[in-house]
Amino acid sequence: MIHKRPARSVAILALLAALIGAILIAVSLGTVTMPLRNVAGILWSRLANPAALARWPETDVAIIWQLRLPRVLTAALVGAALSAAGVVFQGLLRNPMADPYIIGTSGGAALGATLALLLPAGWVWLGFTPVPVFAFVGAISAVLFVYNIARVGPKTPITTLLLSGFAFSSLASAAMSFLMTVSGNTMRRIVLWMMGGISATGWQPLAVVTPLVVLGIILAYVLSTELNAFLLGEEQAAHLGVHVERRKIGLLALGALLTGAAVSVSGLVGFVGLVVPHLSRLIFGPDHHTLLPAATLSGGIFLVLADLLARILIAPSEIPVGVVTALLGAPFLIYLLRRSKKEYTF
Amino acid sequence: MNPRPLLQAENVHFSYSGQPLLQGIDLDLFPGDLVGMIGPNGSGKTTLIKLLSGILRPQRGQVWLGGQLLRAQTRRQIAQRIAVVPQELVVPFSFTAREIVEMGRTPHVRPWHGETPADREVVEQTLAATHTDILAERPFNELSGGEQQRVVIAMALAQQPEVLLLDEPTVHLDINHQIEILELLAQLNRERGLTVLATMHDLNLASLYFNRLTMLNQGRIVAEGTPEEVLQEERLREVFQAAVRIQPHPTRQRPQVMVLPIVG
Repeated sequence: MIHKRPARSVAILALLAALIGAILIAVSLGTVTMPLRNVAGILWSRLANPAALARWPETDVAIIWQLRLPRVLTAALVGAALSAAGVVFQGLLRNPMADPYIIGTSGGAALGATLALLLPAGWVWLGFTPVPVFAFVGAISAVLFVYNIARVGPKTPITTLLLSGFAFSSLASAAMSFLMTVSGNTMRRIVLWMMGGISATGWQPLAVVTPLVVLGIILAYVLSTELNAFLLGEEQAAHLGVHVERRKIGLLALGALLTGAAVSVSGLVGFVGLVVPHLSRLIFGPDHHTLLPAATLSGGIFLVLADLLARILIAPSEIPVGVVTALLGAPFLIYLLRRSKKEYTF
Repeated sequence: MNPRPLLQAENVHFSYSGQPLLQGIDLDLFPGDLVGMIGPNGSGKTTLIKLLSGILRPQRGQVWLGGQLLRAQTRRQIAQRIAVVPQELVVPFSFTAREIVEMGRTPHVRPWHGETPADREVVEQTLAATHTDILAERPFNELSGGEQQRVVIAMALAQQPEVLLLDEPTVHLDINHQIEILELLAQLNRERGLTVLATMHDLNLASLYFNRLTMLNQGRIVAEGTPEEVLQEERLREVFQAAVRIQPHPTRQRPQVMVLPIVG
């Protein structure tokens, strides 16, 4: 069978257009629905023609610019970061099942957040409450911890990495259960955070996290050629000129950076890093030069739409976006696995 | 004329968890050599390939590439000169044959520049030279064993190496594909002057296709030279513990090993 795949530039331009479209639609829909024309007009005025801003009702401008746009952009950024992290981990570990969760990154982030929720209130740094900061530190430390346990001499066999990721996740979840049991009335906040929800509003968290995510995605793209080589196994990657151990540390840190940055503004949002790379690989093929940008953009689209559903399904109440992604993602993953058994021969 | 060896093992020792695998290996590979490495399972052939390609480091002794210590060179520098075809390449995702061959350009692609028209040109030429162009758009995992092996050799050639190291390139293949692969290696050696070292399981094919044979046993080189010099009844009996007789090939000036069954 010959696989016909979309050309790289066509695929990326189409996805970019779809992402912009999804963002505009998500900004226009909500408890107050605004016509797309108004949304576009207000955004255009705000960005390029401030004088025309007065033409629009002040409340509309505030809703779009202060409330919805930062939130929708946060969703896009988190989806893109988690998806890119999934691509990096899956490529590095040659395992389509690897994602931030399996490596223990999510476990570390969640444990960090749980600890932070037990701290006395009022602790603020760069506009962040301690939850995101601790989540971020937890993600990075989890990866370093798991990586160092998994190391055998100068090498890091994939099997020990997966096993130690699993062991660490179990440990973290046990520690979290214990902390929740003894935490009394902060338990509800912890549970809500763990379900995931893009509650960060305003521009400031976005301004801190965006450069990290963009940097991570660019670095991952630059390493596409070497990520491809990793898929042939570490030994063959070395034969192809990759400094395997050094690159592996770099890629693990990159995956942790992307996950930590995402988790720090969104809480735990699962399945994006697993399902989006999967689907992107089936459509665009496994070559990282195409897969990485395609999955990154698709991840943004996916989470913008998931967050939109989370906002409007039972409005004015909200569903945590992690619940929406799991409800959409888990059945889809099962479908993919049953359909594509042949695609992933191990 | 006495050219300098391209790849050279000098008194190489290697042991794994206290178990000596290679003891005092001296091996010279000159430009344009076509060498077959034979020996029983566990004699250290695969380990020697890994030491010669710098994946493993000798605990004693040195490996030299182009007159420089191998361990003083970066993986990238080594990969621009040595390509390795592994015994088996497991590809977890559905790459096309062309994408696999493109990976051979990895040591030449600069991270911030991406692949150039020159890279694509090399890939096209390599696909044509190995007759894998007709397979180019098919998924690697759906190719037959022989086709996969040709694609992997094409990937190695896309590295534009001076030395090609192959670990059992014909194992698990049907006889027609074994011949196809060995003919390809001989052709690359003859036409491009590519230096080839391959470990071989089949003594008769090794004798037919390689100008020089090196025989390993229990981590030492026990014989080296032309197939006539290396393949001798007494030595094969000793190394492989099998009763054999050597006979000339009916149409080529090469010795062939005849097994003498004990029963019947």
